[in-house]
Amino acid sequence: MNNKPKDHEIVFEDVSKFYGEILGVNRVSLVIEPGITSLVGPNGSGKTTLMNLMTGLIKPTRGHIRMLGLNPDHPEIFFRQIGYCSQFDSFPRALTGFQFIQSYLRVHGYTTKDSQDMAWKALHRVDLLEAAHLKIGAYSKGMRQRVRLAQSIAHEPAVMILDEPLNGLDPMARAETIRLFRQLASEGLHLIISSHILHEVDMMSDRVILLNNGYVVAEGEIHGVRSEMEEHPMQILIRCDRPGLLAARVFEQDSVVEAKIHKDRQGLFIKTRDADAFYLLLNNIVVDEKLSVESIAPVDDNLNAVYQYLIGGGEAA
Amino acid sequence: MSASTELVTEISPLRPERWPLWMGQIAAIMRLEVRKNFLGKRAVLIYLLAAVPVLLMAALSAEISWQASRSNNVGEINIVFANLYEGLILRTIVFFGCAWIFMNLFRGEVVDRSLHYYFLAALRREVLVGGKYLSGLVASLVLFGLSTAGSLLFLSMGLSSAGAGASGGIKGQAAAYLGITALGCIGYGAAFLVIGLFFRNPIIPALLIYGWEFINFLLPPVLKKISIIHYLHSLSPVPVPEGPFAMVAEPTPAYLSIPGLLIVTAIVLALASYRIRRMEIMYGGE
Repeated sequence: MNNKPKDHEIVFEDVSKFYGEILGVNRVSLVIEPGITSLVGPNGSGKTTLMNLMTGLIKPTRGHIRMLGLNPDHPEIFFRQIGYCSQFDSFPRALTGFQFIQSYLRVHGYTTKDSQDMAWKALHRVDLLEAAHLKIGAYSKGMRQRVRLAQSIAHEPAVMILDEPLNGLDPMARAETIRLFRQLASEGLHLIISSHILHEVDMMSDRVILLNNGYVVAEGEIHGVRSEMEEHPMQILIRCDRPGLLAARVFEQDSVVEAKIHKDRQGLFIKTRDADAFYLLLNNIVVDEKLSVESIAPVDDNLNAVYQYLIGGGEAA
Repeated sequence: MSASTELVTEISPLRPERWPLWMGQIAAIMRLEVRKNFLGKRAVLIYLLAAVPVLLMAALSAEISWQASRSNNVGEINIVFANLYEGLILRTIVFFGCAWIFMNLFRGEVVDRSLHYYFLAALRREVLVGGKYLSGLVASLVLFGLSTAGSLLFLSMGLSSAGAGASGGIKGQAAAYLGITALGCIGYGAAFLVIGLFFRNPIIPALLIYGWEFINFLLPPVLKKISIIHYLHSLSPVPVPEGPFAMVAEPTPAYLSIPGLLIVTAIVLALASYRIRRMEIMYGGE
């Protein structure tokens, strides 16, 4: 087996970061493929530390990080590929949005003409053209968030790291921004996004990394993570005409651990350790008993439930 | 060429030649920094500081004129100015002005939480040190150069009104004074830039350096040479016969002191580059 990091992957090898005696992250080993990967966890779980490590703003106490086969010790190559929209809500003084983006593109090494074109393009992507010549000091919180996002994508990086990029945006801007992220991901970019708005993460992410107290507690595609949580049987709600009959039949399967009829007597909650096997059994029961089924919906096969089970320590749904 | 390097070249059409790229990046940094140095809130203090000797000389201009016409002893006035230049302009205005400008180049950005924008650019950190240092140098040279020139102008005006020939000597010394001011900015600038990188609270080390520079005239000859003021003092166009600013018995000649100062500056900047390559951004912990 070839363990060499591939040039399209982000690889963490046993990475730890300590701030003195305080743990940032511990023993993180990850391989992140292109697409949208969300970092999820409570405050202080290590999301920002992980992002700062990826971008070389801080250095690991132990372990190695490779971003597309590059490392931040060579910033002149590394940061052509990496864009980071940090949470720091601060800007160089007295610059307009356009000047801010264009000035740092010049620092990257782009010519005046290229930097101007790229700055306009970035401002257009975040819908900030009208405010381009206003001083950033006069921007609203949402506009400052968007100008930071524009600055991080202006040099068209292959990896974008976005720390709470939806904070401060109104619902319309959030939807537009999520659409932009999906578009960039479809172009083959890596997007690493931290957020604690779980339903938005659920909606836009290809995979999640759940962090708690500096440790990665789960990672992968959300449904894959959920199905591996055997200690929390999957909950499924089946809306049908004869839930009592269905309840009597589902216990034919050992993996079903609980069945509870809905209070309107038009549905049945099932808890099963093997959702795939249950769906096969359900097909047979429906055919055999000629049940009229209105809907079948997993109740806790989502990020919110995964988060609650793994981090929240409570019951989902 | 590795696959990753090929990918970089494909994606990012940056100029491939290193020196033109670095020069362009330094120019871009300077555009940002010079604007901050001259127009930022922190600049107000420097403007006031730079104005002090000019205002003082303007106020003394009439007195100089009267003294010169009365005693016709221009040499004595030159010595008074040499003392004033070294005591006020060089050891106070240039020293503390450079401390403020250069220590804030990095420390100020950490306080403002904006240094990460540079650290996230496709920019060698050594180039960042170069760009920041040069921008600090531009600000200090302009402000303290003008401060020195303004002081000399008022001195010259005072002497001129006493007699046409009296100001001739001052005009001849002006280049030397301006050169010393420039070298002071170069030397102190590098020292304070590196202090701003190494110390979270750079005031204390700056005051220690001030103390060391101030007691330089009391030190044995070997220790005298471990200072910036010693080399600047050696270049003074007017030898001061006595007092703390008196000319040393064996001043270092200009052909040694100027390159020596520049070499020390280069070494200090190399130290700053070493430090900044290892620097982490942790604003919360600052």
